[in-house]
Amino acid sequence: MQATKKITRAMELIAASRIVKAQQRVAAAVPYSEMITEVVRDLAAAGAGSRTPLLAGRDTVEKVCYVVLSADRGLCGGYNAGVLRATEGEIKQDAIEGRGHAIVAVGRKAEGYFRFRGYNIVRAFAGFTDNPTYEVAKEIGEFVTGLFAAGEVDRVELVYTRFISAGSQEVVQRPLVPLDTQITEGGDGKNEAGADYEFEPSPEAILQTLLPRYVEARVYAALLNAAASEHAFRQRAMKSATDNAEELIKNLSRVMNRARQDAITTEIMEIVGGAEALSSGD
Amino acid sequence: MAEATGTLRVEVVSPERVLYSGEATQVITRTIDGGEIAFLPGHAAFLGALTENHTRIYLVGGTVQDLAVHLGFVEVGPDHVTILSDTAELAQDIDVARAREALARAEEQLRREPSAEAEADLRRAHTRIAATGGIATGH
Repeated sequence: MQATKKITRAMELIAASRIVKAQQRVAAAVPYSEMITEVVRDLAAAGAGSRTPLLAGRDTVEKVCYVVLSADRGLCGGYNAGVLRATEGEIKQDAIEGRGHAIVAVGRKAEGYFRFRGYNIVRAFAGFTDNPTYEVAKEIGEFVTGLFAAGEVDRVELVYTRFISAGSQEVVQRPLVPLDTQITEGGDGKNEAGADYEFEPSPEAILQTLLPRYVEARVYAALLNAAASEHAFRQRAMKSATDNAEELIKNLSRVMNRARQDAITTEIMEIVGGAEALSSGD
Repeated sequence: MAEATGTLRVEVVSPERVLYSGEATQVITRTIDGGEIAFLPGHAAFLGALTENHTRIYLVGGTVQDLAVHLGFVEVGPDHVTILSDTAELAQDIDVARAREALARAEEQLRREPSAEAEADLRRAHTRIAATGGIATGH
């Protein structure tokens, strides 16, 4: 029991220190994703991309791809269950409305869960969820934009756990492809003077190279959020495990002490009884 | 259009972090198909896609910050230049010996079997070396 407590305590502390690091990485990634969003907006405002399927989307959606971000390992409370259940609900809803699904499983837990239940997994990524790199985001981004471009799927949704603070995270679903029109509408407030941008090369050409980067940045941000949330969930799960262990240790040692005390009392009674029997025998 | 007053706030941002930020008087970089382009304070709003290049940031103090940018984007306003790149390296972070090795390897590869990949490697190595002042800019 003491040993278990030590393990859970250690895991709790590790997770706690990782939350801070993961949080810093989330914050460090913000400038890039904000700026790239701004650039996409500026380009869309300049009229580029109305014909780009990545932006405009398709008229009929027959198949939806879900990119599910889960953890590689368990022992993190309801973290995995949250995203997995949310995704499964969406897929069932889609099925009712006659849309097919495809799953890109990120993290071993998502792969295991959906494979076991016979869902259509088109690709699985794993082995990095507690410490994702941009390289991985790039790979995932390339894969899903390829899937979309090939007409395999008509929409890509990202399901992950958003990190709000160490004490609060929420499962969210965000459209990844086609890009959110709300994001691309409106343009840049900074450029109100009416000074239009000069583009080099053409807005369309820039957009062509920019959009994949944008998708990657979105995936990367989601991965970082998910990692931070994973650590937060794990810390909480391990904290309650440690508390439980403490409680158990307390209760158990009380039982042990009582049992020992009982034994001692009985022994004394026997000795006293024996002594009395001897003395009365004189 | 370019009144050379004030300075430019220059930021080089990668997906993982802000790589560099500082005040500058001039920034020179290179766009796809467009050749080299210099930005001074007061430049018109500009948006460009960058090719592999040796970017130079002329800092207020008179020093020059060199960097190797391998693809990316530049967003320019009258008072700021923002370079977005998933692979940009400051000159001081580049390992020249390794870049030279990579250059030799890429050249060798090209001689044996030309491929787009080897060409890209070659360009990257060139850019790195150029950024560290090893050879004149250009390809």
